[in-house]
Amino acid sequence: TQLLTIVNGVGTLISFRNINYWLGFRANRGFLRTSRFRPPNHALTVQRPFPLSHGTTTLGFIFQGGVIAAADTRASAGGLVACPAVHKITPIHSHLVVTSSGSGADCMLWERILIREIRLYELRHKRRLSIRASAKLLSFMLHPFKGTDVSDPLSPNSGPQVIYVCSDGARLQGDIISVGSGSPYAYGVLDGGLSWGLSKEEAISLAREAVFRATHRDAYSGNNVDLFHIDAQGWIQRPREDLKEEYYRELERRSKRRREKKKRDTIESS
Amino acid sequence: MEYLIGIQGPDYVLVAADNVAASSIIQMKHDYDKMFKLSEKILLLCVGEAGDTVQFAEYIQKNVQLYKMRNGYELSPSAAANFTRKNLADYLRSRTPYHVNLLLAGHDESDGPGLFYMDYMASLAKAPFAAHGYGAFLTLSILDRYYRPDLSRDEAVELLRKCVEELNKRFILNLPSFNVRLIDKDGIHDMEKITLTAK
Repeated sequence: TQLLTIVNGVGTLISFRNINYWLGFRANRGFLRTSRFRPPNHALTVQRPFPLSHGTTTLGFIFQGGVIAAADTRASAGGLVACPAVHKITPIHSHLVVTSSGSGADCMLWERILIREIRLYELRHKRRLSIRASAKLLSFMLHPFKGTDVSDPLSPNSGPQVIYVCSDGARLQGDIISVGSGSPYAYGVLDGGLSWGLSKEEAISLAREAVFRATHRDAYSGNNVDLFHIDAQGWIQRPREDLKEEYYRELERRSKRRREKKKRDTIESS
Repeated sequence: MEYLIGIQGPDYVLVAADNVAASSIIQMKHDYDKMFKLSEKILLLCVGEAGDTVQFAEYIQKNVQLYKMRNGYELSPSAAANFTRKNLADYLRSRTPYHVNLLLAGHDESDGPGLFYMDYMASLAKAPFAAHGYGAFLTLSILDRYYRPDLSRDEAVELLRKCVEELNKRFILNLPSFNVRLIDKDGIHDMEKITLTAK
């Protein structure tokens, strides 16, 4: 297309050689309509061949030492434990981590797409995409696929933030987010014990406790717990811990407490 | 689950929305703002299906700002309301309708204050007072009884407080706090949040 530039006293008029293109652009119903990009496939609800479940417990919260992201490692398909050792937390870049819940295949796909898009932005614009922009990008990419089941709590850190992105287009920033079938149980533990001034060790043990309690009660969560701690220097992954051990330690603690209480009662009564 | 309310006075519009962002039975956020600022004197309050609300409201917000950039002057509240309704109507019979219920509140220099009620079927009505959500069933009668066109600002806030108390008393869900904003010829003013303790 040849650009024809006419300069007059008021301003500059630039017209395209192909005038039909210009008229078509303007004649679209309402000039404000043309600003919308419509993705090619806009499905309302997608028929699923078999019932999926959000069997998972993932959580993220912020505190003075950064962000903690924790998740269980069980992948369930209905009543079957399809895999007892899945990675539900994926690092995107040094300061951004995504936890996933819902359809495992969808989550893996969207994580890879998100990594690709963020890296492309970084290469093109020579700076890293901000956390809220990454969340917005993900939610806009997911919006056409409303009706599939994906939800991603993002836990990044530039100024610690946790953002929940859901496949139906919802995007929420919060201080504590927990997603999945075990999330109500995790909320119960987190809401009681969380405060801003926790030390790093306390926060990690709180997150571990929350996932443990959720996996204890929820049939679709279990096996191990993955913990990520993100601070200004980047993310650190803690070694995966088997919750079976935690359960036996809890039993040990309870029986010890009962024995001590019995001892105290017998001493007091005598 | 969600609640929006708007009351129009002689030279202002008072609007309020609850602060809960819920996902099935869990309250994910207690301080969620459901009001979107379209321009200096127009607010859009948006509730409905999870992703649709933010997507649709931000789409309208950006387009209203684009109009201002392109033409040098802002859309009036009535024009913005009709634009919003037109978009809802266009998407209604597509494969991807937006399931959102809206209140648009604004102040125009020539027309004065305006409150527009829109719903997911793309209906539009200019009303002196309006409410959305299950809470509307409980509070519309209170508004019918006590509303007068010449309410002062304090009286309007008092009426709003009456509605919220009724919700606290009779509504099955707990809506602990409400964002309140007032629009008049000087723009949008944030008012004190209404917080009620559980009875």
